Amino acid sequence: MLKIENLHACIGEKEILRGINLEVKAGEVHAIMGPNGSGKSTLASVLAGRETYEVTEGSIEFFGKNLLEFSPEERAAEGVFLAFQYPIEIPGVSTTNFLKTAVNEIRKYKGEEPLDAVAFLKMFKSKMAFINMDQSLLNRSLNEGFSGGEKKKNEIFQMAVLEPKLALLDETDSGLDIDALRIVAEGVNKLKSPNNATIVVTHYQRLLDYIVPDYVHVLYKGRIVKSGTKELALELEEKGYDWIKSEVDQLV
Amino acid sequence: MENISSLKKQLLVDFQQFEIGLNGNAVKPIHQIRKTAFDTFQQLNFPTIRHEEWKYSNVKSITEKSFNFSGKTDFSVEDLEQMPIPNLEGNIIYFINGIYSSALSKIVSDQSELIILPISEAIIKYSALITEYFNTNTDSDINAFSALNTAFTQHGLFVYVPDNKVVAQPVILRFITDARAENIGLQPRNLFIIGKNAELQIAESYRTLGENEVFTNAYSEIFVNEEANVHYYKVQNETDSSYHIGTTAVLQKSKSVFTANTVTANGGFVRNNLNIKVDGEYAEANMFGLYIPNNTQHIDNHTVVDHMKPNSNSNEFYKGVLKDKSTGVFNGKIFVRQDAQKTNAFQSCKNVLASTDATMNTKPQLEIWADDVKCSHGTTTGQLNDDALFYMQARGISKATAKSLLMLAFAQEVIDKMEIESIKVYLQGLIQEKIYNS
Repeated sequence: MLKIENLHACIGEKEILRGINLEVKAGEVHAIMGPNGSGKSTLASVLAGRETYEVTEGSIEFFGKNLLEFSPEERAAEGVFLAFQYPIEIPGVSTTNFLKTAVNEIRKYKGEEPLDAVAFLKMFKSKMAFINMDQSLLNRSLNEGFSGGEKKKNEIFQMAVLEPKLALLDETDSGLDIDALRIVAEGVNKLKSPNNATIVVTHYQRLLDYIVPDYVHVLYKGRIVKSGTKELALELEEKGYDWIKSEVDQLV
Repeated sequence: MENISSLKKQLLVDFQQFEIGLNGNAVKPIHQIRKTAFDTFQQLNFPTIRHEEWKYSNVKSITEKSFNFSGKTDFSVEDLEQMPIPNLEGNIIYFINGIYSSALSKIVSDQSELIILPISEAIIKYSALITEYFNTNTDSDINAFSALNTAFTQHGLFVYVPDNKVVAQPVILRFITDARAENIGLQPRNLFIIGKNAELQIAESYRTLGENEVFTNAYSEIFVNEEANVHYYKVQNETDSSYHIGTTAVLQKSKSVFTANTVTANGGFVRNNLNIKVDGEYAEANMFGLYIPNNTQHIDNHTVVDHMKPNSNSNEFYKGVLKDKSTGVFNGKIFVRQDAQKTNAFQSCKNVLASTDATMNTKPQLEIWADDVKCSHGTTTGQLNDDALFYMQARGISKATAKSLLMLAFAQEVIDKMEIESIKVYLQGLIQEKIYNS
């Protein structure tokens, strides 16, 4: 599904990603871990197409297509979904209106007819039931005045509506208490299928108790320095990141 | 040697003709007001950009032209059907090329609660009210355009609501100006007198058509007596070859509420003056505004709220979305006089520049002589939020649609404050169209 080779990206003069290699297959869950500033969130943003970052080297293939040639909205239409670490508040645009626009723009991209109000509402209701989403939140302005938990839940709800092939969860656990974390993780797990894949970007292991990864990668100084299974995450939880840092720094 | 502009030359002749045309009515006291105003206009002259109040709005392009002020038109009912405001209900008064049209106008409210007349008739029938109110709240002595309008007082609407009357149906003035054949000028002069404890909704809607140029020089005086409540709308949808200079002068008495919604959807050159004198205690003045210029449109809003007495509030909220090479001006003055203790005055003006070629000039001006007051003001001018745009794009929404959605959401806050549903829907449509398709 996704094949990243030797990916380098910088912001201004500063190189943040320095040669990432990663392959993700359908049905898999990958966790990207690493200390602060290692480039985890940058990787998620670059995959989603954020223009602040410039890709200087390497390639990203998504179902055989060169993802780097696509705009953020085209990537979304191709099936990439970024659940934001800090979902943006947009006063005056309701979640319903926002998602209806998104769904129909994606349909237009795929050459499909737009969903009419009735069909959209029907789909919307079934997703709400599936994720257990509160109607009152959806009528309000997008994320405006939402609690941290409500914002993250709204991200997962959007994911349910848009049905991406690749979900990127950027620090979805940040700012959540344990109950909110469990609700969000349940949503992600419900949406998992053999046809889609998930990349979970996180600093802490605790999210991985709920969203169990098939692979764990440790990012440090813009490179994946260690890969393993979920046991690696537990080891990191126990020992912290310092041992990996010193291993890598010794090599350099 | 003074260099007389072509418009001024024309107006000197027009005024002589106007006086002759008045026949015997030129001896009425109001005509002395006209003559004084015309003298003032001649002394003041049209302002240049050296004039502080006109620094960003250059009227030279108006004064170098001439306009037909006679009201002559071939405008037909069929033409009117091409420019509907759907579901418009109330007392609907039409002015075609500045002249009252009794054929098109429709008055539904009972005379016991609402008197509506062309101002030229009111000068004769309601001379006591005219003497008491007309031109008593004016800047004709310092503003050349106001002086000019006063000098040519003849066309416009007189509206009087007696004390304690709550008028259910709004009074809607539709100014339709047809410049398909030639340049047209008009100088509507309106007078609204709202009695004590009375209520009225007023809307002035301006629409121009045709390729030629239109110069509108409008002046409305609104008197809001004790405990009265007035909602006022000014709605502008004029062509890029239209010049509109308009003043709304409001005088509020104690415990009255006045709310203005000024929405400019289109207009080549627009200058709106909204001057409110709060001459009473426990009164409330609300000023809401929205402007969405594109192309090379220029929209200038100057507001003044003058707190003369204690314990009153004013609340001002303007928003602008500027596209293409358009320009905007916001100048908001708040005066709090020494007597006006315990005044609360709030002002905000927020703008989005949707293009790097658009320009916005904002200037809040607060002059406060009282010591126990609460005043706040803030103006912002910025681009659309990049984070919000990326967020929407990441959900599959194209950048162009995302921008439109954000602009519309930004503008919506002002539209939502409107209470006449038909006008609200009409404006919503105009603004949506402009944001998405221009």
